[in-house]
Amino acid sequence: MNGDQSNYGRSKKLGDKNDLRIKAIENGTVIDHIKPGQALHVLHILGVNDNFTNTVSIVMNTGGERGDKDVIKIEGRELTEKEVETIALLSPKATVNIIRDFEVVSKRKIRTPESICGIVKCVNPNCITNSNEPAETRFIVTENEKTKTLALRCVFCESVMTTELFNYIL
Amino acid sequence: MRPMHHIISTKEYTREMFDNILELAEKLEPVACGEIKSEIMAGKILALLFFEPSTRTRMSFEVAMLRLGGQILNMGSVEASSIAKGESLADTIRVISQYADAAILRHPREGAALMASEYSSIPIINGGDGAGHHPTQTLLDLYTIKRESHLDNLNIALAGDLKYGRTIHSLCYALSRYDAKINLVSPPELRLPDRIAEDLKMRKIDITITDNLEDVIEEVDVLYMTRIQKERFPDPAEFTSVSASMRITREMIQNAKPDMKIMHPLPRISEIDPDVDATPHAAYFEQAFYGVPVRMAILCKVLGMEDKI
Repeated sequence: MNGDQSNYGRSKKLGDKNDLRIKAIENGTVIDHIKPGQALHVLHILGVNDNFTNTVSIVMNTGGERGDKDVIKIEGRELTEKEVETIALLSPKATVNIIRDFEVVSKRKIRTPESICGIVKCVNPNCITNSNEPAETRFIVTENEKTKTLALRCVFCESVMTTELFNYIL
Repeated sequence: MRPMHHIISTKEYTREMFDNILELAEKLEPVACGEIKSEIMAGKILALLFFEPSTRTRMSFEVAMLRLGGQILNMGSVEASSIAKGESLADTIRVISQYADAAILRHPREGAALMASEYSSIPIINGGDGAGHHPTQTLLDLYTIKRESHLDNLNIALAGDLKYGRTIHSLCYALSRYDAKINLVSPPELRLPDRIAEDLKMRKIDITITDNLEDVIEEVDVLYMTRIQKERFPDPAEFTSVSASMRITREMIQNAKPDMKIMHPLPRISEIDPDVDATPHAAYFEQAFYGVPVRMAILCKVLGMEDKI
């Protein structure tokens, strides 16, 4: 599965109008095909804040004629399984590419998990998981019948969450 | 060692699981009304953990345990227990697990019973978790329908507060196992939540929706009334108008089927006129009694005593 990062702009001629113009990374992760507009949320999930010192590149609303994706490159950092599951909630079609020594050593599509634990807070303020009890949140990942978008059903109180999931990420 | 048998929700129960408990309840009915004495629960202790007020659920469990020869351990009011000192439900359950053989839990938060079952080494019976589930009520409702009417080819109207009433939600899922025709009667603001209506459609259940009781009263076998709570309506005038439209009177049931039964989980406030009590349609006090044999059956089930009945 080895390859270079050409899809992410490294070998393209500088100034090409289709070029993403992001510098290649030596070791780290490229998260591609992020749903447009979700890149900043993904950075939040990865804990990228004022204290983060590694190089991070973000391109928003790029690719295709209408700019149909966001891309993040993050130096010196690989994603945990929990981070991948969380990103899947916001952007189920994203791909995660691990870069080592400038080469793509692994490329995988994010798989939406069947269930998630301890990632999202329940929308129902009266759910037992929103009390002081030692109850970690647990959701079944499903699909909203009407909108065909991702939906989360709380195992404890059965509340269904479909929109603004980012606001509930723990 | 047999696996722990908790009763948290009946949502995923199959028809066979329901039938099994209803058959046990029928066998236990003579014990429930005191005709036959039983000692099958001798030496067993049931803990009552009521974090919210309860009359029928608590007392019918007490009666069920006592009539089966078992004993009761009551946590008492929240104010008088360690909960008032800030003890978590998880810790309370772990402690009570050391004292009793099974526990019935009523708690104001949704999901409390499921969480409790994960910390418990004794069977947990959900006696109502906030607006969530109340499985023993569902089972006694089914049993009442079976005893007072019929579960096969049932045509039932569920009326009143269908939005917030946990009793109604659980009963809908249970009735879906018997392919009942369900008529939903409520003011528009108190309609059954979409997610439940969608689940019922997935189970291919025939549903009708109306806000007028008179549309269905002549054709149903059972009319299940629930209380509409005043606090659901910001405008008191609107509450008065809605509750008046959901009130059963003797006149209204004149053209009902002769064997049509009216059920209500109680307490009722004004939704059934007291004049109806004396008619053969009223089944709500029998319904309250049926809570005893059904809860006996549940206790026998969770404590592995089914074979001793």
